[in-house]
Amino acid sequence: MGRILRSVKLGMKSLMLHKLRSGLTVLGIVFGVAAVIAMLAIAEGSRREAQARFQMLGATNVIYRSIKPSDEAQLSTGGRPARILNYGLKYEDYDRILATVPNIKKILPIREIRKQIRHDEHALDGRIVGTTKDYAEFNHLEIERGRFLTQHDDDDYKTYAVLGSDTAKKLFPYEDPLGQAVKLGSDYYTVVGVTKERASTAGIGGSLAAQDYNKDVYIPLSSCRVRFGERIMNFRSGSMEAEETQLSQVTIQLTSTDVVSQTVPIIKGAVEPFHPKVDIDMTVPYDLIMEAERTARQYAIILGTIASISLLVGGIGIMNIMLATVTERTREIGIRRALGAKRGDITQQFLIETVVLSGVGGLLGVAIGVIIPKAIEQFVAETKAQVTWNSIILAFGISVAVGIIFGLYPANRAANMDPIEALRHE
Amino acid sequence: MSDIFSRNGGGASDRVVVRMTNLRKTYFMGHGSGGGLFGKRGGGEVLTVHALRGVSLEFREGEYAAIMGQSGSGKSTMLNLLGCLDRPTSGEYILGGYDVAQLDDDELSEVRSRSIGFIFQSYNLIQQYTVTENIQLPLTYQGNGVISEEFQERTMELARLVGLDDRLDHRPNQLSGGQQQRVAIARSLVNDPYIILADEATGNLDSATSYEIMDMLGKLNDAGKTIIMVTHEPDIAEYAKRIIRMKDGVIVEDGPSPRMLGGEHPAERMKMELSKHR
Repeated sequence: MGRILRSVKLGMKSLMLHKLRSGLTVLGIVFGVAAVIAMLAIAEGSRREAQARFQMLGATNVIYRSIKPSDEAQLSTGGRPARILNYGLKYEDYDRILATVPNIKKILPIREIRKQIRHDEHALDGRIVGTTKDYAEFNHLEIERGRFLTQHDDDDYKTYAVLGSDTAKKLFPYEDPLGQAVKLGSDYYTVVGVTKERASTAGIGGSLAAQDYNKDVYIPLSSCRVRFGERIMNFRSGSMEAEETQLSQVTIQLTSTDVVSQTVPIIKGAVEPFHPKVDIDMTVPYDLIMEAERTARQYAIILGTIASISLLVGGIGIMNIMLATVTERTREIGIRRALGAKRGDITQQFLIETVVLSGVGGLLGVAIGVIIPKAIEQFVAETKAQVTWNSIILAFGISVAVGIIFGLYPANRAANMDPIEALRHE
Repeated sequence: MSDIFSRNGGGASDRVVVRMTNLRKTYFMGHGSGGGLFGKRGGGEVLTVHALRGVSLEFREGEYAAIMGQSGSGKSTMLNLLGCLDRPTSGEYILGGYDVAQLDDDELSEVRSRSIGFIFQSYNLIQQYTVTENIQLPLTYQGNGVISEEFQERTMELARLVGLDDRLDHRPNQLSGGQQQRVAIARSLVNDPYIILADEATGNLDSATSYEIMDMLGKLNDAGKTIIMVTHEPDIAEYAKRIIRMKDGVIVEDGPSPRMLGGEHPAERMKMELSKHR
């Protein structure tokens, strides 16, 4: 151990003899290691972000949403667009799923209506969500004050409402909203609860648009059905359009992630034959998670490979410099051999110098590689990066391995010099 | 001064440290036989050079000998063999009781680190090392390479002996030629070798410094060290007590130095010359 330590110390001295040269050589490894760590951090960051986004939708959930069919789809089935556009999920779909599909833990029907929400002179364009007690759990909503909807509220057609945090702030800037009335459409509802603020979800494409839960009002689905009905009239510049939708969304929670892939076809079989018009769309977060996982892995492999190439280039740089060094120090090698150094001693000496070069480069690279992702997060919005210990260990390990692999040839070349020839070298 | 030379108390003894018997060294130099890219296969003309054609020599402990000869006389080959840098083609070479002619590369290295002290024409110090580290270099290739307390002290003593104990942390490029050669002398003594080989030790030095170095070698010999030097300068060779002349790979003359036969000591002559220039 003492010997290695001494060799490292003396190796440093030799490297310090050419500070600029050693520094530039180290730089190759520094950038290589930093690139590997930073690239993997960005890959890992986007993986986690995608994971988190889909986890929020629930890995065991299957989501059906009503979508307005395209004009062509309407024409192909109905001849000309109906005056009243009837589309989307029906209560019978909900009942059929519940009756025929196995592995269901819970099922959540949702009806969404865009309407003005009023209290006295305060008004807000928000979203009225008719739903059941499970909505809060499905969407990770927490209650700030009061309570969420209950089974009784739904059973008894209660005119109770739970406000999103923004809704509550807008409508009741100076008052306690609990027990107060809000006007939704033509009816008054009593506020029984307010939800905590919740970060809005980003859209994931398809029918699941970005959702801002803070501007919602939640009312029992039964009340929603009887008070708002299923037809929504839109008056637009003299003409009138009517839509008829029973449910906006049905979220089916299955018992575990293991049954997701086998249950999805059963659900499709129960629902899709009744919707020839393509007016519903299924989202399976579990599939998205798996897909994201696959994409992230490919992403990591591609980025990691590109970064590794720079490490390789750094290694070639080291080898190049060490070969030049060995030639330049031929006489020194001769002196050492004459004074008793064995071939192994010479190999060891040059190998230690190379490993010190690549090791120092590796350490600096780790430092920079940890800082870069932070800087990217800081300056480039919407990019999350996550440095993992694995990537640090991997990158540093590779840098040391590069030192050994690329150092071996120059070191052996030094060791195999003829001492007499080496001594004579000018 | 003799207390740090543990192998010998002082003065010449009857113990033989080097015995060479009918040593031959033949080099084969081929045109293209080295297998170069366009080397003629098998058809290469091989040039045979007989560098040593049967040399028998003995050196006793405490001896001070000079090997002289023109270039091509075989004296460099002789030095390489004496220094265990090369193996003879045939013949026997006993150094301090060991037959070194048959040793492999690593064993030869071991012998060099323990039994031979080298002094070169161009000092051959390691530029990035300090005086102390240079003196200790042969020790790092012995055993586990860790320098013991005892050897640290020995290094100090040797530095004092060569008058460089105030420059232990200097680098070779901060020293004059004479000082560098003194570091090399200290280095050649650190492993307490059987023989000290000096290859044109004063070749790069001016007369005054040459005198200093030769004076130092003389004192070392007085203290009992065996010194074999290789030189082509008669003035320098005359410092030795025995002069061996080589020509065409054989010894043509082997006898006492003129100063041993009552001649003038070259140091006196040198002193005279130096005082003239002053």
